[in-house]
Amino acid sequence: MVEIPAGSAGAVPSAEVEDVELYHPKSWWTKYVFSQDAKIIAVQYSVTAISIGLVALVLSWLMRLQLAFPGYFEFIDADSYYQFITMHGMIMVIYLLTALFLGGFGNYLIPLMVGARDMVFPYANMLSYWVYLIAVLILVGGFFAPGGPTGAGWTLYPPQAVLSGTPGGKDWGILLMLSSLIVFIIGFTMGGLNYVVTVLQGRTRGMTLMRMPLTVWGIFTATVMALLAFPALFVACVMMLFDRLLGTSFFMPAIVEMGEQLQHGGGSPILFQHLFWFFGHPEVYIVALPAFGIVSDLISTHARKNIFGYRMMVWAIVIIGALSFIVWAHHMYVSGMNPAFGFFFATTTLIIAIPTAIKVYNWVLTLWRGDIHLTLPMLFALAFIVTFVNGGLTGLFLGNVVVDVPLSDTMFVVAHFHMVMGVAPILVIFGAIYHWYPKVTGRMLNDALGHIHFWTTFLGTYAIFFPMHYLGLLGVPRRYYELGETAFVPPSAHTLNVFITVMALVVGAAQMIFLFNLIWSLFRGREAGGNPWRATTLEWQTPETPPAHGNWGKELPVVYRWAYDYSVPGAPEDFIPQTQPATGGTTREAIA
Amino acid sequence: MAQFIQSHSAPDLRPAGLRGVAADFSSDQRAFKTASWGKAMMWIFLLSDTFVFGCFLLAYMTARMSTPVAWPNPSEVFALHIGGQDVPLILIAIMTFVLISSSGTMAMAVNFGYRKERARTAALMLVTALLGATFVGMQAFEWTKLISEGVRPWENPWGAAQFGSTFFMITGFHGTHVTIGVIFLLIVARKVWRGDFDEERRGFFTSRKGHYEAVEIMGLYWHFVDLVWVFIFAFFYLW
Repeated sequence: MVEIPAGSAGAVPSAEVEDVELYHPKSWWTKYVFSQDAKIIAVQYSVTAISIGLVALVLSWLMRLQLAFPGYFEFIDADSYYQFITMHGMIMVIYLLTALFLGGFGNYLIPLMVGARDMVFPYANMLSYWVYLIAVLILVGGFFAPGGPTGAGWTLYPPQAVLSGTPGGKDWGILLMLSSLIVFIIGFTMGGLNYVVTVLQGRTRGMTLMRMPLTVWGIFTATVMALLAFPALFVACVMMLFDRLLGTSFFMPAIVEMGEQLQHGGGSPILFQHLFWFFGHPEVYIVALPAFGIVSDLISTHARKNIFGYRMMVWAIVIIGALSFIVWAHHMYVSGMNPAFGFFFATTTLIIAIPTAIKVYNWVLTLWRGDIHLTLPMLFALAFIVTFVNGGLTGLFLGNVVVDVPLSDTMFVVAHFHMVMGVAPILVIFGAIYHWYPKVTGRMLNDALGHIHFWTTFLGTYAIFFPMHYLGLLGVPRRYYELGETAFVPPSAHTLNVFITVMALVVGAAQMIFLFNLIWSLFRGREAGGNPWRATTLEWQTPETPPAHGNWGKELPVVYRWAYDYSVPGAPEDFIPQTQPATGGTTREAIA
Repeated sequence: MAQFIQSHSAPDLRPAGLRGVAADFSSDQRAFKTASWGKAMMWIFLLSDTFVFGCFLLAYMTARMSTPVAWPNPSEVFALHIGGQDVPLILIAIMTFVLISSSGTMAMAVNFGYRKERARTAALMLVTALLGATFVGMQAFEWTKLISEGVRPWENPWGAAQFGSTFFMITGFHGTHVTIGVIFLLIVARKVWRGDFDEERRGFFTSRKGHYEAVEIMGLYWHFVDLVWVFIFAFFYLW
């Protein structure tokens, strides 16, 4: 606790940048459809991402039905099973999680939390969404194209991805997938540049980088990473498109297909894997870092306590982001690359555990002796910590070459990455929606429905993915259409598969309750007021709720303190907004 | 308005060197005190684009090193038959000279832009665009020559098939960048010539006021495209 001498509030520097003149919409179309308002764009991004996410949810149901009752559903054959796997993975990782965290939460929260009127280039921001929508439509087009979508697995490894044995390999499927990814990257770049420049150059007076809420730090770092990682995927997609369309041999070795020697030769399939995972591993953290940031804010707000070790948290985010660029080949221990690389990549992979553990300790220490309110956002945040620790620990297993080799391509891997980058970030997304929905709509989400949703989702996902570790240790392979009769898989594994499938159906159904809650509360929810959680950050201090175009009315807010002045001794309330001048008052900023 | 312009030109009271960097990053509002939003955005875009070209070049190097068939000799492939003898790399040398020269004219355009000399800025941007278009034209000539000699993305008469694939892909991608640059040079030159930046006319799409800084941002892109070419030249033609 630091006493601030009276009068130091005047130390906030004067404005360096002229207040922007926003584009004022003239019609319904430019106000709600082709809107340049980051908040509308955020809602558009979120609705699109959640809609396509529902498709992925249904696909996961179909896969589970096949695994539990092989041969029972006649419309699921081996080809369609692989198509379900591929589309489920790609949609979840890129079109749902990346788009929702960066395009959705990024657009809504960055300008509000740093005290900006909007993103720095609203027009490019608008284009970003529409290009993203085109990418989604191309992706969906795969379902209706001749031959169906690609069934190459979400990693799209060549040469199989462009050969006739794989669904969509010689049809439209793989072409549409690659084109969709290229379009997505172009669209993301337009938005991503906006987010980065807004954070670096568009903050309000008094808002230093080290006063930003961790949510902004997480989204900012993830966006920088995405701008540097997506190029590798872009290049890989372009090259595979040429392999498929022009007959080049970037990734194609000399190969025999259906007894026929192909024209290809001399290419390197491993090169694709390096390019893909140079994107693919940072992608894990592109999804995880915004979740880390958001969960820090949820915990601090709902435990009425400043985040423990703010600076350490910021540096941990930045270090995780940097390290994630030099670990990619831990996805390739069994690929046939030089085994000496394994040592290097295993070491860097395990080093990431250090900043990650710092974050987990700090979350727990924030909770320690806090005034914990078990609100829905808090419940989801707690569930996230538990799930993330679980998934993170199995990551330590898989990061070691000797442990990874026998576990590769088993259900253990499926369990690991669903825990750590599937369920964990999605729990944060739910928590964040329960937390910020009142700001977006002005109404609270229904609490009772929320509790049903939370407990089913949290316990249900554990019931789905926890047994998969066991299946993996038994040696049950992933990506198998059906197991058939095997000597090493006991019959109990089949029983377990049925259990997992039933739980998957239940958890999926619980999401319908959530969707119903979203729509019902929009009209019937309790009025929220401007700051229902009594939070300190800027987005809760807007003159109107939901915030109007331009966010702040006439005057931009001025920031006098960090984002975590909760339960400051001597203060009249248990939170002090960032906009409250520090004259004569107190802050806990210096203890960070 | 005056005090905002001042922040660009006022005497610098901030600490020098690393301390200055730390002071800027720990300050409020802006991390880069002299960079406008547009300029910051272009720099970060170029960083991202660097990774695109970096991946293309690394993929090319991997292909060249791992292909089992011998790589064609660039000195022979890119030779022109002039005056009864083969002159190696002559066309590429001229193309490189043209593109580097265009960076010079671009730098002059930026300089005159900040002096608000409307006519000279526009003229120099047109010269830059012309040199860029010449570069693309000569590249088209080179493509035509190689195609007539039987080079295709999937095969060529002299060795590894990846030679044609990487050549067309990388020079094509770079050529696209140059072409886009030429188009935007013409657009910005037109705005300069019409006096849009003198009267701060608003952009058609963005409705933001125009400034001469647009010339500099255009210049950043153009110099980047030139710099990338130096690497392509070194790794593809000289290796």
